[in-house]
Amino acid sequence: MSEESSGALGSRAWQAVQLARHPKRPHSLDYIQKIFTEFEEVHGDRAFGDDAAIVCGFAFLDGKPVMVVAEQKGRDTKQKLFRNFGMPKPEGYRKAIRVMQMAAKFKRPVITLLDTPGAYPGIDAEERGQAEAIARNLREMARLPVPVICVCIGEGGSGGALALGVGNHVFMMENAVYSVISPESCAAIIWRDSAKAELAASALRLTAGDLVGLGIVDGVISEPPEGAHTDPEAAARSLKDRLRQSLSELAAMTDDELVQHRYEKFRRMGTFVK
Amino acid sequence: MSWFKRERPANGTTSQPAEGARRVRTEGLWLKCEGCRQIIWRKDLEDNFNVCPQCGAHSRIDARTRLRLLFDGEYEQHDTLLTSTDPLNFSDSKPYRERLASNQGATSLSDAIISASGKLHGRLVNICAMEMKFIGGSMGAVVGEKITKAIERSHAERTPIVIVSASGGARMQEGAVSLMQMAKISSALMRLDEGKVPYISVLTDPTTGGVTASFAMLGDLNIAEPGALIGFAGPRVIEQTIRQKLPDGFQRAEFLLRHGMLDAVVPRGELKDYIARALRFFCGPV
Repeated sequence: MSEESSGALGSRAWQAVQLARHPKRPHSLDYIQKIFTEFEEVHGDRAFGDDAAIVCGFAFLDGKPVMVVAEQKGRDTKQKLFRNFGMPKPEGYRKAIRVMQMAAKFKRPVITLLDTPGAYPGIDAEERGQAEAIARNLREMARLPVPVICVCIGEGGSGGALALGVGNHVFMMENAVYSVISPESCAAIIWRDSAKAELAASALRLTAGDLVGLGIVDGVISEPPEGAHTDPEAAARSLKDRLRQSLSELAAMTDDELVQHRYEKFRRMGTFVK
Repeated sequence: MSWFKRERPANGTTSQPAEGARRVRTEGLWLKCEGCRQIIWRKDLEDNFNVCPQCGAHSRIDARTRLRLLFDGEYEQHDTLLTSTDPLNFSDSKPYRERLASNQGATSLSDAIISASGKLHGRLVNICAMEMKFIGGSMGAVVGEKITKAIERSHAERTPIVIVSASGGARMQEGAVSLMQMAKISSALMRLDEGKVPYISVLTDPTTGGVTASFAMLGDLNIAEPGALIGFAGPRVIEQTIRQKLPDGFQRAEFLLRHGMLDAVVPRGELKDYIARALRFFCGPV
C-alpha cells in the first residue's frame, strides 16, 4: 500500500466511485428482494418518525430467520426525494438499532447493507441529535450478542455508513467505496476545488481492495465484469453466497464469543510507531 | 511628511513620566474579547483560563491548560510516544508526514491528544484532553488508540474517565482508518459501560464530525462549555446542503441543551467542581 498514487490507480478509484453511484446500480431493496424470502418491513423509531432512507425488516435466508437493516436510495426523482437520497436522519439510525436489539432478543442474526452518501446534514437532523444517534449505534452494535454481518453495497459515506457497520464480518461489493469523506469534499478542503475529486478519490484509498489491504474490510464480493448494474442477478447471487458462508461461520460462536470477536476486530484497527 | 514634529521614541514608550510597568512593550499584552469586543489585559484573561472577565465569553484553551485546570497538581502522561504511521501515504498541499512533523514541533505533542491520570479534588481520574492546535484536533489512529487505552485502563483500574473533546472530527489524511477509530472507541465504551465505571464527556469549542458522532456523545454525562460549537455536520456543510441561512445560536451548547442533547452547560470556572460532584454521586466520597 506504500506506492505513490499513480494515474492508473486514480482512475481505478474514480471508476469505483462512479460505479458505486451508478444510476442503475442495485440498491438495498433490489438485493433484499433477490436474496431473502418473505421480507416484512418494520417501521419507525417509536420516538419521532419513520425514516425511509433506512429500510428494516425481518426475512428468511434459505428459510432461516434474519433481521435486515439497509440504507436505501431512490431510483427516480420522486423516490430519491422520498428516500432523502439515501441520507438517513437520527430517527433512521434509532429505528435501525431498535430492530437490531429486537433481533438480538430473539437470537436472530443481523445483516446490514450500507449505501449512503452520508448521514443527512440538515437543521432538523442536528436538532434531533444526528451525532448522538450514530454514536449510540456504534456502542450498541458492539454489544449485540448475535452474528452481525455488514456489507457495503455502494457508497459507504463516513459515519453515516459506519452507524450500521459494526459487524463481525464487514464486506464490500467489488465496486463499492467506503471513506471517511467524499472525494468531492476532500478535494474542496485540500485544493479548494471539488473538481479535483478524482485525485482525492485515489488519495483516500476508498476501494474495496484498498480497505482489505488496510485490514478494515474482511473480503470483497465479486461483481459482474462491468459492474453490478449490468447483471443484478449475478451480483445478488454472489452476495447471497457470501452471506450464507458468513452466517455458517458465525453460527459456531457463542454469544460471548461473537461480542468478543467483534470487539477484537475493531480493537486492532490502526497502526502506530511506538 | 509626518503630522507630528516630535519623533516617537524608538523603544515605543511615551515620554510621559512612566511607572515600571509602562516601560515594557505593550504589543500583544492587550486583546479584544470576541464576545463583548472589550479590550482586556492578556494576563487577566489567561489567569481566568481564557474566560473573559468582563462578559464571560469562553475562548479556547490548549490541552495542557485544560489539564492544569482539572488536575489538583502533578499528573502522569500515558502513551506519549505513539505516532502515526501515515497508513494511506497521504499527500495534499504537503505530505501528511511533513504536516505531522510540523505539528509535533509546534505543539511538542506526538498527536492531537494528551492522555493523563492524576487527582481531581483528591480522586484519581483518567483525563484525555484533545488539542485543537494539532491538525484541528482531528482523530486519526493515534488519538483513537490513546483514548481506547485510557478507557481500558479506566476499566481495569475502575478509575473514572473524563474526555475533553475539541476536534473537527475524524482525520481525513488517515481515511477509513480514522473512521474506524469511532467504532473502536465506542466498542471500548460499551465495555466500560458494562463495567459500570463512570465516563464524563466534556464537549468544548468546537466538537464536530466523527468525534461528536462517537465518544463525545456517549458519556454517562455529556456536558459542554458555554457557547461551544457542537454538531455532526459543520455549519458550512449544512448551509451548502440546504441553501438557507442557519438560525442564530445553531449548534451552540445552549441550542443542544434546549434540544435535550446535553446534561448541562457548565462554565469553565465551575467545571472542576461539577466533575468532582458528579463523581461523588457516581462513586461515593473519596
